Amino acid sequence: MLIVAVISGFGLAFLAPTICRFAKQKSGWWLAILPVFLTLYFLTLLPGLASGQIPALSYEWSKELGLTFAFRADGLSLAFALLVSGIGALVAIYASGYFGNKAPIGRFYLWLFFFMASMLGVVFSDNLILLFVFWELTSLSSFMLIGFEQEREEARAAAIQALLVTGSGGLVMLAGFVLLGQIGGTLELSALLLKGESVSTHPLYLAVLILILIGAFTKSAQVPFHFWLPNAMQAPTPVSTYLHAATMVKAGVYLLARLSLVLGGSSFWFWAVGGIGALTMILGGYLAFSQTDLKRYLAYSTISALGSLVMAIGIGSETALKAMVLFLLAHGLYKGTLFLVTGAIDHECKTRDVRELGGLWRSMPYNAAGSTLAALSMAGVPLFFGFVAKEYLYEAAYKVGAFWISLAIIGALLNVFIAFRVGIEPFWLPSQIEVKPSKHVHEAPWSMRIGPLILGGLSLLLGLFPQILGRSIVSSALTAALGRPVEVKLAAWHGVNDIFLLSLLTLGLGVGLFAVRQDLQRIAEKVSLRWGLDGLYKRSLDFLFTLAGFQTRTLQHGYLRYYLITIIVAVVAITAGGLWRWGGGTLPYLSWDIYFYELGIAVIIVLSAFMATLSRSRLGAVAALGVAGYGVASIYLLFGAPDLAMTQFLIESLTVVLFVLAFYHLPNFAQLTPKRERLRDVFIALITGGLMTIFVFVASGIQIHPTISPFFVENSLPLAHGRNIVNVILVDFRGLDTLGEITVLAIAGLGVFALLKLRLDLRTAKGKKSAEEIAKGGDQ
Amino acid sequence: MTSLILRTMVRLLLPLLLMFSVFLLLRGHNEPGGGFVGGLMAATGFALFSIAFGSETARRILRIDPLALIGVGLSLALLTGLITLGLNQPFLTGIWFKFPLGSFGKLELGTPLLFDLGVYLTVWGVTLTIVFALEEVK
Repeated sequence: MLIVAVISGFGLAFLAPTICRFAKQKSGWWLAILPVFLTLYFLTLLPGLASGQIPALSYEWSKELGLTFAFRADGLSLAFALLVSGIGALVAIYASGYFGNKAPIGRFYLWLFFFMASMLGVVFSDNLILLFVFWELTSLSSFMLIGFEQEREEARAAAIQALLVTGSGGLVMLAGFVLLGQIGGTLELSALLLKGESVSTHPLYLAVLILILIGAFTKSAQVPFHFWLPNAMQAPTPVSTYLHAATMVKAGVYLLARLSLVLGGSSFWFWAVGGIGALTMILGGYLAFSQTDLKRYLAYSTISALGSLVMAIGIGSETALKAMVLFLLAHGLYKGTLFLVTGAIDHECKTRDVRELGGLWRSMPYNAAGSTLAALSMAGVPLFFGFVAKEYLYEAAYKVGAFWISLAIIGALLNVFIAFRVGIEPFWLPSQIEVKPSKHVHEAPWSMRIGPLILGGLSLLLGLFPQILGRSIVSSALTAALGRPVEVKLAAWHGVNDIFLLSLLTLGLGVGLFAVRQDLQRIAEKVSLRWGLDGLYKRSLDFLFTLAGFQTRTLQHGYLRYYLITIIVAVVAITAGGLWRWGGGTLPYLSWDIYFYELGIAVIIVLSAFMATLSRSRLGAVAALGVAGYGVASIYLLFGAPDLAMTQFLIESLTVVLFVLAFYHLPNFAQLTPKRERLRDVFIALITGGLMTIFVFVASGIQIHPTISPFFVENSLPLAHGRNIVNVILVDFRGLDTLGEITVLAIAGLGVFALLKLRLDLRTAKGKKSAEEIAKGGDQ
Repeated sequence: MTSLILRTMVRLLLPLLLMFSVFLLLRGHNEPGGGFVGGLMAATGFALFSIAFGSETARRILRIDPLALIGVGLSLALLTGLITLGLNQPFLTGIWFKFPLGSFGKLELGTPLLFDLGVYLTVWGVTLTIVFALEEVK
């Protein structure tokens, strides 16, 4: 059943375009059936977890490499999976209202569900390599979704940036995974988690940790890799909601939480993870100040929230992890709501500039309600879910020391400001700049109300009754993260204590900041708040393009003869170097006991080779080459390789045919190369031929590994039911090689086809016109 | 190229070459032959035909676009591998069925034959794609 849960999303992804063709604007409602069903299924797993039943399954993939299709659904996985499927369902419904019939929604849903399935794969994988595969699939679908509006250059650039940053981080992480697998002796996550001791004392521990942290930090937009996330807001809002707020960016958080049992506990972990997390938390909030675009506000506050999650994992105490799980869910709910509301505002008012928006509660009451609930939860107002989460985060930081609690307060304070700015101001306050509404603003369609209402409502409901979560998901997630049974009791109200007073202080200061927002904005506009590796990224990308351009111009000059010379000289140099290092070797015993017809064939081959080089016509040269080829094929025949000979005969015939067809279009044969160049060619040819001769002699006398032919001879009939060993090797023993070869062949064929047909099009009337246009355009 | 001799010969040769190519494909597992050489043989037949009668006529009697042959061939070879994955065995494991044929002995058929058919179609398609494309350059 668990495997179905992961795979079914991929299935739906590929069916989505067809479903959209029939269901049109209603597709979102139909497509949401699966994620809703998945959410319910995940919920049914929760009671079992409490009694220690963890669904797990494993299929073999490659035993030798330690790879398995292993899936496991413990509390931590389910906490993330519920976010993925639950918000996925709402976003699917929302998107059909958001796009209407203006966009190719089939393609959108394809990648949306492709992402959902990949993300479920990430959180359920119990094998490091499998996790990595799904991890990269989420990067891929994120790339496709950010660049969904592919005709806009900014969208494409943002998509490539996100892919390059998270993709290269993923590769670094893969190296960490491989090392971790070698240290721990297994790639199975559940088995690795029991080996914390042996990993943390290993000399390579630090290397593993840093490599994996880079992967997690790039994905979860931690400083200094945070710059891709605000740019990713080029994506349509449903995508930003789902991938870049609620789920994908939390993959890094998931990974850290998952591995904290085996990698955590050291002081390096504490400072690297906790420190970077805290820095990200504050920097994200700080960078938000100069924004006016609602979505970019949310993007920076998401960075800040991801920072708090990472900080909690870095602190690593039971309270901190409890705070992490709670904050993860709370953030998914309120940030999801705010993003959806922002999309609705953008959809109805055609602007996302917070200065131009105001008083929308009248025209958009449902979205106003959802937005307000979410903003209050984000600000950490008592009785809301965000408050519960923040209380635990404060408590965890408070226990570590004054330094950490003050960082946590600053981070939260900035988020109170953002919450009011994004969630309250557009609805309940007048706009700063009066803009004439181009049309009467009205409420968004139902598909775009249901998401904010459900998520916003949950932000309140779960704040009032947090124990709904505490008993089930939070305790089982903590049990999984800490590796020991944990009982969690959550209450909406803890009474008046230090933490509560700090919460009130945060709230008060945040609202105070909000009150002076216009002054703050004026200051922020003067000092441009930019910090990040964005510039470095741009410079290195430019450098890469320049380098690629340079080496392409140098190497791909378009002269066939120089390509050939390059290839041949390189082969000769490498082979000669190898022979030199080998030290010559012994010549094998040469038998001069040859039959007259063997000698005859040899003479024919040599003569026709001379013919080919000396011929005064192309046809003559090709015919001579054909004769040489037939001679070689005859040798195969004489020495017992009829298969090879038969193929060679056919190839030689076809080559002649192809040459003749090609010559038909060439100008008359002429000697254009000067003598010097011809001498050079003779020299290269002689060297190559001579070296190859020596190589064949030496190679036939060397036997490094035992020969595998006896294996094929013995097993061809019993194992593969065939007596023709050559063919059995081709289609059975080395079938994979053959599959690769015919693929190469097919690509080569397509290449020839494309090259020739492209020229055809240029010469036809229509092609001529466009070619002229191109030429004209070049002149201007 | 409108040589009467070539045209007459090709008309006779094409069916023979095609039959021979299938023969090569089928016997390949036990005797010299196989999908690769079979595909080349089939392509040679059509190459000759198109030299004699022009590529347009050759395309018409082939009925299928050589590009489609490539696609079908590759997919067939890949699917053969996937069948075995579905049976929880390594990719491209050969699966064999035996049919007793009374006094004729027995007939053994296996997935490698399907795979070889994929090779046959791919090679056939690629070669013809190149031959036709070269011929149609104006």
